[in-house]
Amino acid sequence: MTAQANLRHLVAPILDANPITLQILGICSALAVTTSLATSLTMSVALTVVLASSSTLISLIRNHVASSIRLIVQITIIASLVIVTDQILKAYAYEMSQRLSIFVGLIITNCVVLGRAEGFAMRNPPLPSFLDGLGNGLGYSLILMIVGFIRELFGTGALFGWPLLATVAQGGWFQPLGLMLLAPSAFFIIGFLIWTIRTLKPEQVEEPEFRVPSSGARAAP
Amino acid sequence: MIDLFQRSIFEQNLALVYFLGMCTFLAISRKLETAIGLGLALIVVQAITVPANHLIQVWLLNEGAWAWAGLPEVELTFLRFIVFIGLIAAVVQIIEMVLDRHFPALHGALGIFLPLLAVQCVILGGSLFMVERRYDFAESVVYGLSGGIGWALALVAFAAIRERLAYADMPAGLQGLGSAFIVTGLMSMGFSAFVGVRLP
Repeated sequence: MTAQANLRHLVAPILDANPITLQILGICSALAVTTSLATSLTMSVALTVVLASSSTLISLIRNHVASSIRLIVQITIIASLVIVTDQILKAYAYEMSQRLSIFVGLIITNCVVLGRAEGFAMRNPPLPSFLDGLGNGLGYSLILMIVGFIRELFGTGALFGWPLLATVAQGGWFQPLGLMLLAPSAFFIIGFLIWTIRTLKPEQVEEPEFRVPSSGARAAP
Repeated sequence: MIDLFQRSIFEQNLALVYFLGMCTFLAISRKLETAIGLGLALIVVQAITVPANHLIQVWLLNEGAWAWAGLPEVELTFLRFIVFIGLIAAVVQIIEMVLDRHFPALHGALGIFLPLLAVQCVILGGSLFMVERRYDFAESVVYGLSGGIGWALALVAFAAIRERLAYADMPAGLQGLGSAFIVTGLMSMGFSAFVGVRLP
């Protein structure tokens, strides 16, 4: 395994095979926690840590687990890591863990974590698995930070709680867009983000399920 | 009770307001029939696991739950995630075996969805919300059922829209996932109109 291949495991998931926009994994939490940049950052860090360590651990024991019980083993490992993360958050950042509500716990069922464990870590040695986990975690974090940035900036005119745009309520010019803080805007932002990425990288475009027959084909006998 | 039922179907829809189960929501909604199958399976599993997890929370995990055994200071709430996910996997397995044995036709229709539901955010999320909002047992029964119905309703409606959308002529980059997100966003806006609706 060369250094270049290792680097590729780390970098590829960030843009080329982003877990959220291409693999459709782990969207649940991506939408729910992005109302502010601080919650997005906490969630990103929590997920990246869990993902990187679960990939490493699962890869370490991959030759000792019978394939019939591998899902149970994987879920147990992930759940234990999430419990540790949750307890740490509760101990050192109680307010933040209240704001994240149930979504830290839902990292267990986040498809990114199980998807990478099943799809990559079960077949690869620890180092590439660790890098793959880290890369996917960073790719996920990137999308979360972008969405969180847009939603907090336009929804409240602040970033990390620091006012950037002077809002009308404080005598400024910026009228906060309340919609940005509500559920639908998260869907719209990710939808447009996918559109942008796929316009820049046309190889990611999905094949249409149905093609309108062209006029030339219809004229043929 | 009726208020809670109505509220968790529309106003606090698990799919469109709390974004739970989005992965399956987007992956299984290409065909209306499969969406209906998955929706039904989810209602059944959700209606069983939420009350069952409530019993576990009250009798095994809460502070003082072990007082009868002479261990009043034991508190096991930190085990919640792992216990809940284990129970969900077990319930899914049992339902699958019962269906296979007694209702083969139903098993044929729903069978492939059941294993999928074992690691689904909606199911675990429903149970965690039940704990966080401190529902009592009767409320957790209602919440499990109505939460499942709400999610299934959103999925079926979305699949119906998406079947039509397959014939739409849209920009290449928006094809598939991009349009799915934007349609879900519009549906979510539609559901937010239910906020504040109260049944008499």
